[in-house]
Formats: sequence, C-alpha cells, structure tokens
Amino acid sequence: MPLITAPNLPDPDGFYAALLAAHHGLTAADSTAFNARLILILANHIGDPPTLDAALALAGS
Amino acid sequence: MAYDYRPFPFVPPPGLTAPEPCHPVVIVGAGPVGLALAIDLALHGVRTVVLDDNNVVSVGSRAICWAKRTLEIFDRLGIGQRCVDKGVTWKVGRTFHRDAEVWNFDLLPEAGHRMPAFVNLQQYYVEEYLVARALEFPGLIDLRWKNRVPGITPGVPTGLTIDTPDGPYDLTADWVVACDGARSPVRGMLGLDFDGELFEERFLIADIEMAADFPPERWFWFEPPFHPGQSALLHKQPDNIYRIDLQLGWDADPEVERQPDRIIPRIARVVGHDDFRLDWASIYTFQCRRLAQFVQGQVIFAGDSAHVVSPFGARGGNGGIQDVDALGWRLAAVAKGQAPAALLDAYDRERQFAADENIRNSARTTRFMSPTPGAERLFRDAALHLAGQAAFARPLVNSGRLSRPCIYPVGGADDPALPPVSRPGSVAPDAPLGTGWLTHALGGRPVILAIGMAAPAVTGAETLSLNPTPDLTARYLGSAPGAVYLIRPDQIVAARWVQPTAADLTGAFAALWTAPCP
Repeated sequence: MPLITAPNLPDPDGFYAALLAAHHGLTAADSTAFNARLILILANHIGDPPTLDAALALAGS
Repeated sequence: MAYDYRPFPFVPPPGLTAPEPCHPVVIVGAGPVGLALAIDLALHGVRTVVLDDNNVVSVGSRAICWAKRTLEIFDRLGIGQRCVDKGVTWKVGRTFHRDAEVWNFDLLPEAGHRMPAFVNLQQYYVEEYLVARALEFPGLIDLRWKNRVPGITPGVPTGLTIDTPDGPYDLTADWVVACDGARSPVRGMLGLDFDGELFEERFLIADIEMAADFPPERWFWFEPPFHPGQSALLHKQPDNIYRIDLQLGWDADPEVERQPDRIIPRIARVVGHDDFRLDWASIYTFQCRRLAQFVQGQVIFAGDSAHVVSPFGARGGNGGIQDVDALGWRLAAVAKGQAPAALLDAYDRERQFAADENIRNSARTTRFMSPTPGAERLFRDAALHLAGQAAFARPLVNSGRLSRPCIYPVGGADDPALPPVSRPGSVAPDAPLGTGWLTHALGGRPVILAIGMAAPAVTGAETLSLNPTPDLTARYLGSAPGAVYLIRPDQIVAARWVQPTAADLTGAFAALWTAPCP
C-alpha cells in the first residue's frame, strides 16, 4: 500500500488536540520519549516496509 | 574444577636441520579454525603443516556457544558427538528488562535434527578434541607447537620464516591459510587493515565455578536491579562453570576492573552470594570489521583474522567454522589440481557475504545494548518500555541475534514448488533417515539427492536416492511428488529441480568447480 499523503484523518483538529493533550504536562524529555513510543506503535500498525520507507523519506525531506 | 592445561610437546621440525620440500598448505594458528581446516583437508587427502606460537589449548573459555551448523560441521570432522556429550545443550533464550521477562526465543522448535540449536562448551575443550582428532591423521597433519611465524614473503610459493625454541628455519608453501586470530600477525605483516566500526564500550567477561541450578538457557538482562543501568548475560557451561558478561561502560578503567577484588563483588551481586570460584576473567571492547578480501594471492584468511564481530550472537567462532566449511573442499580441489585457483574466489565472495551478515547483526545488537546518547538511546528505551506491555515490541528488543548460516546467493536452478527452507544457497536441512541422519549420508562430497524420483546419472557425483518421509517431504518436496537436489561438499544446496534433464545436472555439477560470477 502506498503511503497516504492525501488528508486521511476524519477530524484533523480533534486528533491534533488529542496529541497535544497527551503531551500536556510532560517535560521535554518525557515528550520525546512519548513520541518515540508512539512512532513504534504506529509503525507496527502500518507494518508494510515500503510504506514505512516512504514515511521515513517524507519525514526527512 | 579448573581445566587441566597439558602442554603439547615441541618436536624439533625437520626444517631446522635441512630444507623442507614445498608444502601444499601451511596453516598458521592451531585454534578452532586452523585445526578444523587441517582436519577437513586431511579428510580430502591434502597434507598440511599447522604452526602455532603456543603449546596449550585456549587459555580461558573464550568461544563457548557452538551453533547447530557448527556442530554439524564438527560431526563431519569427527568431534560432533564429543562436543554434544560434554557440552550443555540449550535452545531457549530469555531477555529481561529490570526484573521482568520481556522476550524469549526457541531456536529449534522442530524435532528431526541430529544436532541441537546450541551447545555451550569452553573453547579449550573444543580445541582439545580437535587436536586429538588431528593426531589421528599422522601422515597428513603435521602439528608444530611453539612455531611462531615472524616473517612472510608472499609469492609462488610463499615463504615463511619460523622461530622455534631450537632456533629459526624457513618453509615454503603453495598456499598459506592465516587462522591466527583477531590480532593476526600474518595480516599485520602483509600490511592489511580491517574496515568497519569500533564500538566504545567495555565489558567484563568472567567464568565462575559454583554449584547452582540455573536452567540450560541463555539469560540476558537490560538494566537489571543487580547491575543498574547496564546489561548482563548468563550462560551455563559444563563442569559447573557459568559465563557472566557485564557491561561496564566506556569510562570504566580496564586495569581497575580486571582486579579480582573488583570482579568478585560484581559477580556476587549477579548470583546473590559469593560462594563461587573465579575461574577466568577478561575486560574487552569490540569491533565489527573485516578485511576487504579474504584471499590475497596465495595467502587466505579465515576466522577472526578475516573478520571480527561483537560476541553477542555467537557469530565469531561459528562464523570461523563456517569459513572452514566453505574453504576446505575448494582448497582441497585446488591443491590437488582438480580445479583452478579461481575457485577460491567463490570462497572469498561467499564468506564476505556471510561476514557482512554477521557484522550487520552484531552491530545492530551492539547499537541496542550500548546506544549512543540521543536517538539511539531514545528508541532503545522506547522499545524496552513497550515490550513489557505490547507483544509487537518484543521482537524489537535485541540482546543478540544468534548465529545461523546465511543463505548464499548461489544463483542455482530453483523451482517455486519446492519449500523455501532448502532453497539454493541454504544448508541442506537435516532429517532422520531410518536409524541415521541425512547430514551423515551427505558427508563431505558432492551428492545428487533424489527424493521420490529417479535422477539422471552424472559422472563424478554420487547419487543418494531416498523415499519420501514426512520430514523429507516437509523440508525438500513441499507439494511436489519428487525432486532432485545437487548438494555441495559443504552440504549447501547448489540447485534443485522437480524434473531435471541430464544436461541440467551435468552443468550444475561442473559449475561447482568453477567460480562463476553471480
């Protein structure tokens, strides 16, 4: 499956708020650790190597 | 009890009194790799002189984890059963984070193999058994203790200068195989360097003798309560000897850390008491590096002289023995004039491929165990944190990916109907054969293995015809009613067919003795 780069979140503002809420009150170090765990969780959910490679490339571009 | 080191006798070599004729093969180094190679060549009828600067087996247990493929090779060489009988057989590894188990693995989940996944056995025993076996070939293996090689002149033939307790002498050889270890003097004298990574980490490795009841498993801890912030590894060996590896950090002072009054309290915290005897200890750092090429003219490198890895994954000693497996039959054919010297390029290419796989795995483990500050540390900690909560994160936890044979890119004929486990480039999987084993029946020569069908005859190759059994069907046939496999002398599948012609087999057999570019 190709990496979805078109809008795919049904409620973009809602997700963005939930992401910020999850980080609320965390130190910078704890936020960074939280993000690392979140990346691993989402990467496992995607699973497909070409999709993950495309995501890594997009994040680095 | 402590191993009884018995020095091997120095026998003044003939070269001290008169020039020796040029030898077909001289092996430098009587460690596991050099001794195994001498025995393999002897089984092919090729004479060797084996030179070693020392006169005892390995001081300290050093390589202890012998993998299934190594045990199969040892079996072919004649010491497999001794290793299994003496060693501690295991197949389960457990990984802990702090005080909770987060991941475990079973390295041989199926039955029907002669050899277990792993046997733990101190290197000194392996060398003792190999020496005893080598002495069974008095006309073919000339073992020379206390023969150090301070000089080498590459050429055709290659010249060697040798120092002994009775003085120096010279030798010439058509082929010199450097099996002289990670600090290879031969490599140094040829001015060759390793390429690759050095890791800034220090480990304490210690063998202790104690009466204990740990199960025969590999236990690995990240950040255990008894060694905060670092990692630890426990392996059981025969004779009530336990191997403990403790990560110390790059800042640790090796001179301080190697003192017994420093080591003993550390070990006591691991095992919970101090009722043990410290048998051997060493402080080490490690590298993941290799030579660019393992064949340098008439000088061939095998084992640690060619490539070094971190110890987590048991890929050093096992990789070296697999070098022997890939080299022995080819060097024998070249030495006997049955194949061109270019056949050794195939050894070089295949073992570079294998070394890269070993280095890649070992470097990844090192990066997980000893992450640099920043992203490496961040994701390592994230994976460990998640591993306690979610199954998906457990395979990310990397405490060592244990040695398995690589799949060589041989490019031989294949058929998609046949099972992946025996595809070309793989070690031919073992299976029970009546009261024996397939690996024994294959031995150390090329074999045309015909299962459930007849195979066209090929001059120079023996045919082994077998009726399907459930294990043979699962490992060699899949849904096909029959198949024909060409197996190399190192028991690697060269090619396979469900309906081969005589030309298919003849062509694939001839290709074994050349070194085609893949």
